[in-house]
Amino acid sequence: MTLGRFLLRRLGSGLLTILGVSVLVFAFLHIVPGDPIDHLAGDNATPGQREALEKCLGLDKSLPMQFVSFLGHIVDGTLGSQCSGGAGDKRTVAGRIAEVFPYTLWLALAGMLVAIVLALPLGVLAAVKRGTWIDTLATTASLSAIAMPQMMFAPLLLFWFFLSLGWFPGPGEVGLHALVLPALAVGTHLMAMLSRMTRSTMVEVLGEDYVRTARAKGLPESRVLFVHALRNALLPVITVVGLQFGSMLSGAIVIENVFSRPGLGNTLLQGITERNYPVVQGCVLVIAVIYVLVNILVDLAYGFADPRIRRS
Amino acid sequence: MKTKLKLSPSAWVGAVMLGTFIVLGIIGPWIAPYDVASKAIDLDHKFEGMSAAHWFGTDSNGRDALSQLLFGARKALELSGIVVAITSVIGLSLGTIAGWYRGWIDEIVMRFVDMLLAFPGILLNIAIVATVANPGVGVVILALSANGWVGYARVARGQVLALREREFVTAAVALGASNTRVIGKHLLPNIMGPALVPMSFGLGSVILIEAALSFLGLGPQVDYTWGSMLDQARTFLWKGDWVKVYALVPGLAIMWVVLGANLLGDGLRDRFDPRNRGR
Repeated sequence: MTLGRFLLRRLGSGLLTILGVSVLVFAFLHIVPGDPIDHLAGDNATPGQREALEKCLGLDKSLPMQFVSFLGHIVDGTLGSQCSGGAGDKRTVAGRIAEVFPYTLWLALAGMLVAIVLALPLGVLAAVKRGTWIDTLATTASLSAIAMPQMMFAPLLLFWFFLSLGWFPGPGEVGLHALVLPALAVGTHLMAMLSRMTRSTMVEVLGEDYVRTARAKGLPESRVLFVHALRNALLPVITVVGLQFGSMLSGAIVIENVFSRPGLGNTLLQGITERNYPVVQGCVLVIAVIYVLVNILVDLAYGFADPRIRRS
Repeated sequence: MKTKLKLSPSAWVGAVMLGTFIVLGIIGPWIAPYDVASKAIDLDHKFEGMSAAHWFGTDSNGRDALSQLLFGARKALELSGIVVAITSVIGLSLGTIAGWYRGWIDEIVMRFVDMLLAFPGILLNIAIVATVANPGVGVVILALSANGWVGYARVARGQVLALREREFVTAAVALGASNTRVIGKHLLPNIMGPALVPMSFGLGSVILIEAALSFLGLGPQVDYTWGSMLDQARTFLWKGDWVKVYALVPGLAIMWVVLGANLLGDGLRDRFDPRNRGR
């Protein structure tokens, strides 16, 4: 199969997924009883204001028509109007998301960086020292970190490094320095998964013939480990990194909430408190699209990293 | 067919950890030293540290943290038990039907599975809970069930696809057994073992997601779930040393259950699916 056809097929099925997700979200938001107008308009809104708001949200139209205009807003890239500042509010959902999106992107990328930088040496070390107390310690630490709720870890990080030690800025700050603690909090889980993954693939690879050959050639052990072995052990690790990018975005919901950082997650939660359905739909959709795109990229990266896959 | 369930030591550790949670979840509210209802509010004793009277201190309303932990264990057990029951029944049925009948049913079920897998689950859970102004336990159960069945469906379908090629199934069909009989008598008993794997993992992840939902204020408005205890800890972060204890108590409890569920799940997977051994 050529690369072009592969891409086309993956994009097609990705598009189907996104469509499915939007139908699902739309259906849930509209089937469940409860009047969003009550919330958005406030208690002392005049009937006229309510009507205008209803029009702004498109709730005066029939359900199928609402779905059509929902799809239309996806196609034209606005994701609909927010209508949160009353009916006259013409700011689009896409605008609001674009404003905060870079914060979430940086948080996710920084989290991944933390995870990779810590996980690779840890995994290699555990694989090399297999069966020793170092290995047991590393495994126990990873298993515990996977099970550790971010809701406990993030506030404790804030408590120690901001309140007690004062090393890092607290909630509400967004500079580079303020990115450290959230990145650590959002990356721990991935780090634990990656180090386990690195360990198990490294153990496998270290038993391969070409590693023995490399050692027999008299190459220094560091070169054998980091060039011959690690390069080949990285393949499954790349997949996990890619597949977990989406969960970094959803993990960002809790982290952004704890650190009061602007971002997709916090916007989603604000949308929920405001009962602003276009915002909720928009955030969910954007995260879904990124998730699907990253999955496709992972498949491509896989092909580049392993020539055997590219050829088949 | 009685086979002895051989599990690794770490799986047994996981089983014991999970067992402790289940036992405490059942008897928790009876052995809790104090009540946690709003009439137990005692503003003279708020934000207390560890003491003989309150082993884990008290919360912002002077209620005993240990009691909240125990009542919270009951809540967590109820919720995760119900969600695992619902999702496993739905998932195993759909997976079995898809794997046995194949054709368009299989196609539809697997499309749904693919779609739900290509999407961060907690987002769907949040989106569903977000539709209701004051989500009760029922809504949270619905939200967690909406995508929770996927793992079971995949396991069941995979098992059935393998089983349908086996002689005893062919023999049953040749003897004229009806589809219901084949499924009930020959397929289901054989997928029950492997189904324990997603059940174990599912229990842990349900507890984690439920805690995240209540932490974000999207769960049932009860203030002694583990998630809302964590929410309180972060709300009163500036309270100093009190936070350490009050955040660690529910946090470590969640960690205990999830770690136990994962250890047991890993062990069960090694036992039932040799391909994954060593991973």
